[in-house]
Amino acid sequence: MSVVWTDTVKEIAGIKLHVSRAGSGPTVLVLHHDIGTVDRLPFYDALAEKFDVVIPHHPGWGKSQRAEWMRHPRDIAAVHAWLLADLGVSNVSLVGLGFGGWIAAEMASHAPETYRKLVLVGAMGIKPPEGDIADQAIVSYIVYPHAGFHDQAAFTAVYGDVTTDQLEAWDIAREMSFRTAWKPYMYSQTLPHLLGGVRSPSLILWGDDDQIVPLSAGHAYARALHDATLTTIPACGHFAEMEKPDAVAKLTIDFLSRN
Amino acid sequence: MHMMYFTEQPMGAYDAKAGLDFGATALNFSNSHFDPNEGSRLYNEYLEEYIMVDELGADGIMLNEHHNAPFCMQARTNMFGAILAAVTKRTKIVFLGNPLPLTENPVQLAEELAMIDMISKGRVVSGFVRGGGQEQLANGVNPAFNRERFVEAHDLIQKTWTTPGPFRWEGTHYQQRVVNPWAVPMQKPYPRVWIPGVLSKETVIWTAQQRYPYIALNTSIEATKTIHETYDKAAAEVGYTAGPENFGYLIRVHVQDTEEKAMQNARQFMWMQGEFTGLANPVWANPAGYFSPSGRRGFVEFATGRAKNPRGNPTFEQQVNDTMIIAGTPAQVIERLKYLVKETRPGIMGIWANDGTVSKEDRRRCIQLLVGEVMPAIKEYGATLGLKDPWEANAPVHLRYSTDIAGQKVAAE
Repeated sequence: MSVVWTDTVKEIAGIKLHVSRAGSGPTVLVLHHDIGTVDRLPFYDALAEKFDVVIPHHPGWGKSQRAEWMRHPRDIAAVHAWLLADLGVSNVSLVGLGFGGWIAAEMASHAPETYRKLVLVGAMGIKPPEGDIADQAIVSYIVYPHAGFHDQAAFTAVYGDVTTDQLEAWDIAREMSFRTAWKPYMYSQTLPHLLGGVRSPSLILWGDDDQIVPLSAGHAYARALHDATLTTIPACGHFAEMEKPDAVAKLTIDFLSRN
Repeated sequence: MHMMYFTEQPMGAYDAKAGLDFGATALNFSNSHFDPNEGSRLYNEYLEEYIMVDELGADGIMLNEHHNAPFCMQARTNMFGAILAAVTKRTKIVFLGNPLPLTENPVQLAEELAMIDMISKGRVVSGFVRGGGQEQLANGVNPAFNRERFVEAHDLIQKTWTTPGPFRWEGTHYQQRVVNPWAVPMQKPYPRVWIPGVLSKETVIWTAQQRYPYIALNTSIEATKTIHETYDKAAAEVGYTAGPENFGYLIRVHVQDTEEKAMQNARQFMWMQGEFTGLANPVWANPAGYFSPSGRRGFVEFATGRAKNPRGNPTFEQQVNDTMIIAGTPAQVIERLKYLVKETRPGIMGIWANDGTVSKEDRRRCIQLLVGEVMPAIKEYGATLGLKDPWEANAPVHLRYSTDIAGQKVAAE
């Protein structure tokens, strides 16, 4: 069965938000990385085989309009919560990828009873107890995404010969990362204290060779959330859903399908 | 015409091979290659040279600051400014400038500059800059808000200098509930502000809108003319006609008694592999959000090695041929500078005279010839062309003090 995606524009908080949607069943909101997202991925298609999948571009990333006033991932979290309210969906599960994992965690911490389940993949947002989150500001647009793959063939499978349009999109994504998460870089000092109230069962997934966010941050998430399981994915980097789409999809679908 | 002396204060005693091996001489090039004993020697030598420049009669000494790199030892321009305020007698102390976005407290910067203005008995020219991309990263400052912070910090400093306190500032990037520093500038309405730059069109337009002089930093003659056109247009839009007093130009010049020695030393202008701010990863120099969005596409291609540096990478010989670098005996240098002055018509001229590892003796000789012979000749020539500096032209410090534009507040001077 081929998945049919529909792209729409939603007006949220005075900005035009690009939203892709496909599938049916319980709703799953997918929140993309700091480097943005390509339009279609095997991981997205796999989820849409089982669920109603909603994938917005964060404000300022990709095809979504920039909000000049936006200063923190918490603001992005509020925009996506507003989107879900406008879509009229409830009992939604959140799948947060990297930077999107931080946004998902912010959403859950603000509404501890609201979300059905939480999947965080290599999530930013917590200061790693050991190591640091890689600083994209000091490496080129190509070096940073490469660093998020354990196997460079997996990078090529997604991005091929990187186009100038893609480079430009990465520069814009980087600017948005700076505008919203510059200091402290890519984490919140308050978030770990606010996750304990989250009722949603959580699955924490981490590439075992994540060079962007140290695995110690995954353990920190697992400790902070009261009902969380941490699973590592072998021979996999930070962009796990792109590098190991089958494994990440299976783990995610199994977790979300369980009652 | 105002003529001022400039040097980057190079850390000539660092291990150049280490920089080449590392592949960069900026930001992340380790400070373990910095020798503070050599630093102490050089700071003191540069200070002695500034005193010479003052005693020989230059109109100004231009100061700047950079971070994390051997090409410039000044980490805080106000520090040398404060020293010069005390140890020099008549030269203007020209900050070009304080990097406004780097400060978290523009009011304290206003206060420091006011102190230096008083200590120097009113000799401060307070230039402001955005600071290069590397300066943002070296100081942990968000490059994406660089221009917004520049403009807001300027507005806050201007208000601090001109509005009796206490007042409150609730801005986008700065919030200060009590603004009331007791140190205020001696010069009224406030010290002259000059804005240096290289290529940002937005900065040229903003500078013209303030009626501040724009100092082109060693741009090509062609690019300099384009800058003037952009400035003239923006000036006309706010109601005044720009003249030489609105323009400055910085040029690399080295003078010695013989052409051979001058050329040999002038090659030191290329000592950072020809890059003014050191060899660096392009994304350090232009972090995301720092650069004008209009240049984004070209920049991402350059930053990933797909396109050549838009500024090019001309050889020393090409730069000498194009009058980007001038070197020779006083007579030779005067001839080339006259050509340049005639072509670009600046009221303010900065001479960047010594760079790299030029010896102390040669630096001093260069200063003697430059300030003693070259500068007077060029000032005289400039006068024949009607090139007045802002004081000679009695130019307003800011647009709001214009007397030739209907509706503007009249100067308090």
